[in-house]
Amino acid sequence: MQPLFQRSTAITLRLVLLGALSVALLTLDHRFDHLELVRAQLSRLLYPLQVLVDLPARAGNWGAEYFTTHTELVADNRHLREERRLMQAQVQKLAALETENARLRNLLGSSSKVGSSVLVAELLAVDLDPYRQQVIINKGENDKVYAGQPVIDAHGVMGQIIHTGPYTSTALLITDPSHALPVQINRTGLRTVVSGTGSPERLSLLFIPTTADVREGDQVFTSGLGGRFPPDYPVGTVVSVQRTPGQAFAQVDARPSARIDRSREVLLVWHSRQPPPQGGDEDE
Amino acid sequence: MNEWLRYWVIPASLCVALMLTMLPLPSWSAVYRPDWVTLVALYWVLALPRAFGVGLCWCAGLLLDVTHGALLGQHALGLALVGYLALRFHQRIRVYPLVQQGAIILVLLTLKHSVVLWINGITGQAPENLLLYYAPAGVGVLLWPWIFIILRDLRRRQKLR
Repeated sequence: MQPLFQRSTAITLRLVLLGALSVALLTLDHRFDHLELVRAQLSRLLYPLQVLVDLPARAGNWGAEYFTTHTELVADNRHLREERRLMQAQVQKLAALETENARLRNLLGSSSKVGSSVLVAELLAVDLDPYRQQVIINKGENDKVYAGQPVIDAHGVMGQIIHTGPYTSTALLITDPSHALPVQINRTGLRTVVSGTGSPERLSLLFIPTTADVREGDQVFTSGLGGRFPPDYPVGTVVSVQRTPGQAFAQVDARPSARIDRSREVLLVWHSRQPPPQGGDEDE
Repeated sequence: MNEWLRYWVIPASLCVALMLTMLPLPSWSAVYRPDWVTLVALYWVLALPRAFGVGLCWCAGLLLDVTHGALLGQHALGLALVGYLALRFHQRIRVYPLVQQGAIILVLLTLKHSVVLWINGITGQAPENLLLYYAPAGVGVLLWPWIFIILRDLRRRQKLR
């Protein structure tokens, strides 16, 4: 016969202990990085579930690829070939410009840029907190991904890695309100900081004086300051500039170049200032 | 040994709840997604208070934290708290008719969402639309009778009491 009433003091004690443990975890996780290991181990447990959830999307993609018609494939192929020819022409020019740049930098006596290495990763079709702009990608510590690593897609900067697990990692997108990115406006060289707004279509440029020369259509690139992102990757295009008299800063909005909510393939970048893959850890 | 094997439905139902939490939804509907893990955990607390207590609620919450990419301990704290309340009053809640039970569940879900919201607020990530933020609690209550009946049938088939 089980007792009808459980000893309630024991339960209360357990709640108080767990509450204290939660508060300790929250503080540690918010202020320091010591819990990354715990999170990585827990994400190992969740990995099979994530793969299962991602499976239908993957199967759908595979099916769509398998059942494309011959004509579609031919058209696609032709299109890609044309694109490749165009790209090759551009690369020729780029090679010449790169050597010229290196020569000029030599003359100036400053060190030249070294190319970055990249790895293609795929997003897992897994939803996270709807109030935060995060994605999960299918590469983790086993592929030498590190926290703080830049993530780009074919069109521009997408975000950076914040947590790594053994097989997956979580990236914070540049459109998250808590993300800030040092950038430069291409036309004028004006340096500023881009922060997310929570909407996948809008970024906001901070601390731009009302008198600064910023126009709609200006291209925004990473400045490389802060050392986390490599310089000269496209971030967005200025879409609106509002100057309110009496306010110190203008309100400048930009549209991200990266297809934040549409890309499935992303690129992970190891850039030259980072020691390459092995041990590329960086403090947050 | 065999005694314990019958309890597989508990981890299995929590795994399904976690998968439903991760399942991609169109972005307009993602904010209405009910808190599956809390609903399932509450059922097990009410049905098998001796097997599923505050500690397991806390563990489920920790997994939920990792799933959401939230601070570790955020959902764990909320889930432990509502698990505790359900455990204290499980004898009363169990005999209520479904409608009244639904009202209690609504209160518990709201409380859990509030705990997560407060912690988000303290760390500076409060959402703008508060009414929408509590929408999952309402959706969760509408789903409660179904979860209750499905899990009760599973539990009876496994002869767990």
